Formats: sequence, C-alpha cells, structure tokens
Amino acid sequence: MSLLEVRDLKVSYGGIHALKGIDLDIAQGELVALIGSNGAGKTTALKALAGLLPGTGQVHYAGQSLHNLPAHQRVRAGLALVPEGRGVFARMSVEENLHMGAYCRDDKAAIVQDLALVYTLFPRLAERRAQLAGTLSGGEQQMVAMGRAMMSRPRLLMLDEPSMGLAPMMVEKIFTTIREISAQGVSILLVEQNAKLALEVASRGYVLEGGKITLSDGADCLLGSDAVQRAYLGA
Amino acid sequence: MEILLQQIINGLVQGSVYALVALGYTMVYGILGLINFAHGEVVMVGAMVALAVIKVLLATALSPVLVLLLSLLAAVGVCMALGYGIERVAYRPLRHAPRLAPLITAIGVSIVLQTLAMIIWGREYHAFPQLLPNASHSIGGAVINEVQIAIVLVAVLMMAGLLLLVHRTRLGRAMRAVAENPSAAALMGVNINGVISTTFMLGSALAAVAGLMVSANYGIVHYYMGFMLGLKAFTAAVLGGIGNLRGAMLGGVMLGLIESLGAGYSGALTGGMFGSNYQDVFAFIVLIAVLIFRPSGLLGERVAERA
Repeated sequence: MSLLEVRDLKVSYGGIHALKGIDLDIAQGELVALIGSNGAGKTTALKALAGLLPGTGQVHYAGQSLHNLPAHQRVRAGLALVPEGRGVFARMSVEENLHMGAYCRDDKAAIVQDLALVYTLFPRLAERRAQLAGTLSGGEQQMVAMGRAMMSRPRLLMLDEPSMGLAPMMVEKIFTTIREISAQGVSILLVEQNAKLALEVASRGYVLEGGKITLSDGADCLLGSDAVQRAYLGA
Repeated sequence: MEILLQQIINGLVQGSVYALVALGYTMVYGILGLINFAHGEVVMVGAMVALAVIKVLLATALSPVLVLLLSLLAAVGVCMALGYGIERVAYRPLRHAPRLAPLITAIGVSIVLQTLAMIIWGREYHAFPQLLPNASHSIGGAVINEVQIAIVLVAVLMMAGLLLLVHRTRLGRAMRAVAENPSAAALMGVNINGVISTTFMLGSALAAVAGLMVSANYGIVHYYMGFMLGLKAFTAAVLGGIGNLRGAMLGGVMLGLIESLGAGYSGALTGGMFGSNYQDVFAFIVLIAVLIFRPSGLLGERVAERA
C-alpha cells in the first residue's frame, strides 16, 4: 500500500489552473522525483500536499484522507516540506531553527537525540549552532531547512528544489545527505529542475508539464528516455 | 533643577504607560503587518471595566488593594476577550485583502468601540476613586506619589515578563516564527491563527493594565480617552521601530520624557507663547520627524520588508 496516494489533485488560483489533476503514488521508504520545467506546477503540487494551498481531489496519506487538514496538522502526521527558497527563520539561531522543527513534539529526550543526529548529518551546522540563520550561506541555509524538517521526524519528506542557487560542491553534499536520509527509511518526494541529478538518486520519477503528469516510470528508464533527454537533460 | 527632575519623573510615569500600549501596536504589527488603530480603545475599555468593577466592589467590605486587583483582573479578562474578538471578527476575514482594507477596518472598529462606550457609560467624565494611599515621596525636591511608583514598577515587570515570554518560551518562539515567515511556521506545525489570536490577547492584556494605570494616575475616565493615548502610543512604537518589542519600550519611555520636558519648558523657551497646554504637539512633532528622518525608528531595521 502507498504511503501517499494522490488522485486527480487540482489547484487553481486567480483563475489559473496550476495543477490540472495529477495522480501520484509514493510507497513507504521510496525516493520519488518530480521533474519538470519552470512553471510546470511542481512547487504548487508540493504546497498543496503540505496544506499551504487549497486543492481539490483525493490525497490519502498513511491510509487517511488529508482533505481539509490544515498545514500545521499535516506536519504532526509526519508530512514535512522543505520549501523552495528554504524559508529559514533568519533572525533565529541555527539551533533555534532546528528546535522549531520539533515544535509539535514534546518528547524532550528524543528531541535532544535527534538534534545530535542532525548535527552528525550536517557537521557544519554544529559549528554554527549559535549563529543567526540569516547570516549563513545558501548551502548552509539549505542544511538548516533540511535539518529542521528532519527534527519533525517525518515519514514523508518533500524537498522543493534543494539544489537551487547552490555551488556544485554544496549540491553534491546536499544530494549525498538526501541519499542518507532515504537510507534511514524516510520516504522522499524530490522536486528538481536539475532532472539528471534528481533521477540519479530517485528510484522512480514523474514528469510534470503544464500542470499534468505526462510521463511516469522508473528513474533509469526516464534517464534513458528520448523525450526526457531532449526536454530536460539537454542531450 | 527641581522642575527638571519633576518633569523627568512625570515623563517616566507617562512613558511607562505609553510603552505598555505601544507594545500592543508593535506586537500586532510584527506578526500581521497591520496597524491596529482600535488598540487605544481597548485601553479605554480596560479603564471603563475596571471602574465599573471598582464601583460595585467598593460597596462591599473588601480591602482597597484587593478591589484594585480584582478590577485589574476583570479588565484584563474583558480586554483579552475583546482583542480576540476584534481579530476574529474584523481582521481575520481580511487577512489576504489589500493592506488598505484592514487599516480602514481598524479605524472603523475604533469608532464602533468609542460609540459603544459612549452609549454604555455616557459622555461625561467619570472620577476614578483613589484606592492606593496617596502618600508622596520627595526626591531632590521633586515629588512622586505611590501610584506613580506602582505604575513604573508594574510596567517594568510586565515588559520583562513579555521579553521572557517571547524569547524563552515555546509560544514566544512560535510568535517570532509567524512574524518572520508565516508559511514556514505553519510547516513547523505552528497553528498560525492560534498564535495571532494569542498575540492580540497578550497586547490587549497589556492595554488593560495601561488603562487602569492612566485612570489611577489622572483620576479620570472618559469614553474618548483611548483615542489620544492610542495615537501617542502608536507614535512611541514608530519612534522605537515598529515591530520591535524593545523599540516599543524605549520609544514609550522616550516619548513620555520628550512630552513632559517639552511641556515643562516650552512656556519658558517661547516667552509664554506656547505653554504646557501644547504638550500634545510634541508627540506629533516626534512622529513627523521620525517618519521623515528615520522611518525605521530607533531600533527597527526593516520596516518595509514585509509587504
């Protein structure tokens, strides 16, 4: 059974149909990529799944309908989104940001453990734990955002363009961490413009074009497909 | 010399009240980017409720201090409910409307509350009874009475408490998160509406305390008293840097001092042309000067950032 089951999800705002009915499944522990060009509706899809945008259609998570569940309750259910542009709290320290990630938990001892775990995942953050997040580099902010999301102990982690605006070294580090998080058994839905990078870490992928899923296949098949090669990989 | 010291004392007392009220403006602005022009009226309602409770309780045999505490409790309770209600009814439906709409609504709420107060309590000035001993103390020739000492002490305590709440507690962290980035806060599991309601209630509680303070200090309560006080406190919040808690505190105290020193010396400096009855002018000179020369205020960094 799927952890996340999306059927005919539609989102429109201001008269624009940003998502025209998409179907999507993620199994427990799976790493799935959602690729597509700018404006295809990738961010809209993630926001709707996180509860930040209203949508129509059926979304089932862990067997339960998410219909009308506000964003702050979806986090409690184990659905975390690392938003595009990271959304770190610039005027809070790194550690305060991470504590915000554990906002809906009250198991203090386990929170301390998870904090240590995040610092193992991102040693750089341990060095900068007292620094204001707004003063960090883009890559470090991405680490804060991902670490913060991990602090909620998600079952499904959604990442929106984690490589955006980062130096190649940093992108590599971030994607290594995505693999590590996936290896821990966390399901991941990865949205990327960098299709090659995303399909290399994912097991399956969906291609979103103009608000619709136009292709869905194993990541290897998509990487090899002529259509994807031409449209997204510049071959 | 005595005049200087006396004006400084008066300024500190009045400034403490401004600071408490300014905090309400600045907290709401910080979290919603909204200037809640009805906030001054919440102060007035606090004063009115306190007075009503005192009138009832004075007929009983309770001690005056207990009466004062009970009236404070009632005023805080009513004002918190009022603050919650104002946000829920007037501002929440306009959360995503253009900025002008909630601003005009705020002015509307202010007028509604004033009018309701006038209908309930009438147009006349009400005397606020003397509950604390009126003993005065002399410091270097200047006089401060016990009510004024209590005002400054309570204000300092409340401000320290608020800073602790905002910087050391889970609720405070959630408030700061919502102020900085509401959707990111929601992604952390913060109930944004809950935090906004709480912010309004906290600000209104401070307003209730301030309402009781001005009433006790001047001995007068009036349905229109919140208007000027609200404008002055708003000025204080702008002076300190609106959205910044420490700024509201600093701005409040500074405005109190500026007003009081201005009123104390304007007569002498202008050869009697502008006497102390021009006191109110100073607040607005300050407001205009800040808006022209330092719109982000003394401690504010980035007023324009949140649209």
